[in-house]
Amino acid sequence: MKARPAYQVFRVVALTVVVLTLVAPLLWMISASFKTNVDIYDPGKALAFSPTMDNYAKVLQQANYVEFIVNSLWVAFAATVASLFLGVPAAYSMSRFNMKKSALVVLMARVIPGVSLLVPWYYVFSNLKMVGGFGVLIISHMFVSLPLVVYIMMGYFDSLPEELEEAALVDGLTHVGAFRRITLPLSVPGIATAGILSFIFSWNNFMFALVLSDADTKTLPVAIFDFVGYASIDWGGLMAAATVVTVPIMVIALFVQKYVVSGLTAGATKG
Amino acid sequence: MATITTPTTEAPRGAPAAPGTPGWLRWVDEHRKWLFAAPAMAFVAALLVFPLAWTGYLSLTDAEGSVRAESEFVGLRNYLDVLSDTERFWPAVGRTATFTVVALLFEVVLGMAIALLLWRPFKGQRWVRVAILMPLVATPVAVGMMWRLIFDPNIGMANQLLGWFGIGPQPWLAGQHSALPTTIFIDVWQWTPMVVLILLAGLTSLSEEPQEAARIDGASTWQRFRHVTLPLLMPTLTVAVLLRGIDALKTFDILYATKGRGGGSFHEVETLNVYAYGLSFDYNEYGVSSTVLILFFLIIIGAMWALTARRKEAQR
Repeated sequence: MKARPAYQVFRVVALTVVVLTLVAPLLWMISASFKTNVDIYDPGKALAFSPTMDNYAKVLQQANYVEFIVNSLWVAFAATVASLFLGVPAAYSMSRFNMKKSALVVLMARVIPGVSLLVPWYYVFSNLKMVGGFGVLIISHMFVSLPLVVYIMMGYFDSLPEELEEAALVDGLTHVGAFRRITLPLSVPGIATAGILSFIFSWNNFMFALVLSDADTKTLPVAIFDFVGYASIDWGGLMAAATVVTVPIMVIALFVQKYVVSGLTAGATKG
Repeated sequence: MATITTPTTEAPRGAPAAPGTPGWLRWVDEHRKWLFAAPAMAFVAALLVFPLAWTGYLSLTDAEGSVRAESEFVGLRNYLDVLSDTERFWPAVGRTATFTVVALLFEVVLGMAIALLLWRPFKGQRWVRVAILMPLVATPVAVGMMWRLIFDPNIGMANQLLGWFGIGPQPWLAGQHSALPTTIFIDVWQWTPMVVLILLAGLTSLSEEPQEAARIDGASTWQRFRHVTLPLLMPTLTVAVLLRGIDALKTFDILYATKGRGGGSFHEVETLNVYAYGLSFDYNEYGVSSTVLILFFLIIIGAMWALTARRKEAQR
């Protein structure tokens, strides 16, 4: 079907406005990270300015950002791997045996406000001398990513025909063997989706790390937050710090957008 | 793989493992239903059930200062205090409701409009989708910081833009009355794309026939949207509202990143989540904060229940 020319023009204009609104602020943040604080203030230098790397040098050297980047990477990676390890078999079982109530328990974690768990967690984990360590951060981030993995993978396993496993059983494999040798390899796209989304959400998580990390285990979002609270804000440095945490995750999303989109829309069309 | 076509495909669920497998493997195989699900469930339950029960208990005590400190059982006193607190609690409830309802309204209407614009394939669609993805994956705290600079009353780009149109500077996040609308704007900026993606997935999965039939019957574009597309899209729309609604109710990162403790000096963006966080970790009033959290939790469950009831109705 062919749309009318007037609509075509309207659509181009409207979508241009949408794209600019969504992307321009992020470009503004990135450009500000290359400006001196004087240039940020100057509207005449909005686009034409001489870029400086000073903000990045300052952030990366003085504020130990390299350490925080490594912390964030490690926590997000470990939480993702552990969530996949626990979540994929669970989702398989819940999908094949239709364990709706069990699935609900896991998905409750999505609904509960994180603050209501933080006080008891803090109490228990500080008694176990774990607060401020990586273990507690990874566990708390898993609490975010595991329900995500279960939710995405349940939908994925629902759509995988059972006949393939049955054929493998006839060929003499055990159920677990059929899961490992047939179902898992076929689920790689779903696992990729779940893993990427889990990584993104863990990378972006703020509240849990704000309470449960200490100076050595701080993740990037918390480190950025520390930038403010001084009397005057070093805007150039702050924007460099914000760019350091945001841009890598955006670049990843750019390359694997198919998986990110299917993860974010998982279950949506089934009603 | 000729075996697939043989008529012996009746290996049913729970059938014994193939002969010749060792005993322990057979046991694992027979109990795989729970062996697979148990670790994940135990993990979530341990981190969920005990803390919730404990929060429920704390809400009945006067715990304060340190969770280790002696605390006394005070019955429902915290609940009476909180429910009669018109200075912090009820305004926070109001802000939470305003934030959620207004943000959700904008996100759904704008999301629907953008999804409809993107529905039919066109050149460059891929790039528009990439652009839509960017706010979604951007780190919320960094997003908060970014908008703090853009909305800075003195040096921010927002007021410079307004200046070009001859409009005077606005206080944005700094204003007592403009802070909440501004944070709603930021939430709409970041999360409308989510609604767009979900609705777009729903639109793409719709069959073309009802559209064609309505067109042949001479229905206008609006009539087709109102009477064909929208009803068919209703289940997807409810999922989008449910997912976004829960997250909007729980918004924390953007509010705390832009306004800090207490939601600003006049608590202008203090929602229930920010209020409860402040009570717990800035003032260590564990008893009261637990009470607020239990009430907050009940509100969320209530909202979810109302929405899923609505969803079941829509499916009928």
